[in-house]
Amino acid sequence: MVRDLSVELCGITLDNPVIPASGTFGFGEEMSKVYDLDILGSISIKGTTREPRFGNPTPRIAECSSGMINAVGLQNPGVDAVIEHELPELRKVFHKPIIANISGFSIEEYSECCAKIDKAEQVEIIEVNVSCPNVHNGGMAFGTQPESAAAVTRAVKAVTTKPVFIKLSPNVTDIVSIARACEEAGADGLTLVNTMLGMRIDIMRRRPVIANKMGGFSGRAIFPVALRMVYQVAQACRIPIIGCGGVATAEDVVEMMMAGASAVQVGAENLRNPFACAEIIEQLPKVMERLGIERLRDITGIIK
Amino acid sequence: MKRVILEVASNRPLTPLVYEMQLTGDTSAVTRPGGFVEISLDGLFLRRPISVCDFDDGRLTLVYKIVGKGTEQMAGLQVGTKIDVLTGLGNGFDTTLCHSHALLVGGGVGVPPLYRLTRNLIAEGKQVSVVLGFNTQAEIFYADEFRKVGAEVIVATADGSQGIKGFVTDAIRQTGIDFDYFYACGPLPMLKALSEATDKPGELSLEERMGCGFGICMGCSIQTASGAKRVCKEGPVFKKEDIIW
Ligand SMILES: Cc1cc2nc3c(=O)[nH]c(=O)nc-3n(C[C@H](O)[C@H](O)[C@H](O)COP(=O)(O)OP(=O)(O)OC[C@H]3O[C@@H](n4cnc5c(N)ncnc54)[C@H](O)[C@@H]3O)c2cc1C
Ligand SMILES: Cc1cc2nc3c(=O)[nH]c(=O)nc-3n(C[C@H](O)[C@H](O)[C@H](O)COP(=O)(O)O)c2cc1C
Repeated sequence: MVRDLSVELCGITLDNPVIPASGTFGFGEEMSKVYDLDILGSISIKGTTREPRFGNPTPRIAECSSGMINAVGLQNPGVDAVIEHELPELRKVFHKPIIANISGFSIEEYSECCAKIDKAEQVEIIEVNVSCPNVHNGGMAFGTQPESAAAVTRAVKAVTTKPVFIKLSPNVTDIVSIARACEEAGADGLTLVNTMLGMRIDIMRRRPVIANKMGGFSGRAIFPVALRMVYQVAQACRIPIIGCGGVATAEDVVEMMMAGASAVQVGAENLRNPFACAEIIEQLPKVMERLGIERLRDITGIIK
Repeated sequence: MKRVILEVASNRPLTPLVYEMQLTGDTSAVTRPGGFVEISLDGLFLRRPISVCDFDDGRLTLVYKIVGKGTEQMAGLQVGTKIDVLTGLGNGFDTTLCHSHALLVGGGVGVPPLYRLTRNLIAEGKQVSVVLGFNTQAEIFYADEFRKVGAEVIVATADGSQGIKGFVTDAIRQTGIDFDYFYACGPLPMLKALSEATDKPGELSLEERMGCGFGICMGCSIQTASGAKRVCKEGPVFKKEDIIW
């Protein structure tokens, strides 16, 4: 039997629910030499800001049990260069709609960045990172208060007609109140979740491993927490959810979808296994067969 | 970049903490000295970057020092074990930059990538002088291997237990080697001292903690004189004038 892997996000049909997460796939150029990117559902590009950014000093990476911490600090060439150079290059190797992930350090930056990237034809969804824990005076703050998350949502919605997904931070006490605030402010969907604030210490040298001391923890270890948040928000909101956090196998994709996700992003797993997304997509039909799933989209939110 | 399954053909200690591992299998992506591979190890989330020490059709040699969980696990790998390796990573050294006489400078586990570089330079008819720096006699490895392939070898030890007493820069000053280009790999303070000690041009191989090793995560970016560069992709080898100390 032919298994139907397609899913839908705000009227946009994806061939399958597997999307590389922002920051773990660059702008696709390197990965296009690893496998045919057109097998993917979509791609969420590296977080883009109004100005070019070098990011944080190194070391930016620390290993953890079943995961890693990153403090890249949103290194990117800036929205103008992304539109002029990265997106046309990506278009040569990926022929499907993409998700543009944007960040900012003020409401104006979010809206200016969004207004610019909105014009790029291949961008069909705008994903707003209100949660990056790496940057001292930005990301984190917006995503940790319902009011500021809603303010960013309204500002971005005002400058685009494309679906806006707000990507939430898990570093909060009540994810549902923030998700609801974004939904009420007009968000078309939510991506759950970004990295969890973490830290490691080099006990020999008696100093933090990461130059920035703290960073975003992600990878397999965070899967249960991400799944729980997807579930809680799915119970409280009506807009579609992209589940993200620790996804590494086709079974994880099914689990995220059962909890309420319409599509799924794969992050840190791409760094340890460059074929992670390709392998998940290859395994999905087999897992569906084993579980008696004909249409993948039917399992979204079956856990009540 | 190519992901391959390689088999451990040998794995032996050169010193109490430094091991040499030979791997067999598809090494077709390994093409230049100074490149590196990334090894996946049981129970560890990130792969471990290790420089290519030598390679030929179907065989890869790595030399590594035990410094933590990953390298300790590597030292325990038995002959016949199959491991998952990303090959063909990094830019590597450019031998064409040297005209006639190369100075190669290695400190500790910065020595391994210079071995294949030596072989290539000699095959191109160039003269090679290698200065190897170690803390003490017990830590010395590969000095004879470099001699066997035709390099002049000068050893420096910090405690003077063998060769010239002092750092590689002391050895270079004392021996007055007349080179036109240098290549170096080792700890950052050594690379910096070397760059300052000579006005000749050269290439240096840098180390940085990496996420992916193939250019997608921006984990190992550094500022250079020609902009932001990824140590894993545009590097690990950089020209002297590009490095901001
Ligand atoms: C391009 C490149 C080439 C290298 N070539 C060699 C080589 O030929 N021989 C050799 O002995 N070593 C080499 N190293 C260093 C080697 O990667 C580390 O010693 C090794 O990763 C340590 O792993 P561990 O699990 O034993 O240590 P742990 O301290 O337990 O490792 C924890 C984490 O930190 C990372 N890490 C620790 N030390 C370093 C380091 N010095 N550089 C980069 N990442 C580090 C590890 O990869 C891991 O992600 C190279 C590093 C780079 C970047
Ligand atoms: C190296 C790295 C860089 C990241 N950069 C971004 C980014 O630019 N924007 C963003 O919204 N999220 C970024 N993230 C977060 C991921 O997109 C994802 O939300 C998070 O890592 C959880 O998924 P995972 O457990 O599968 O990695 C980054 C994560 C990593 C590991």
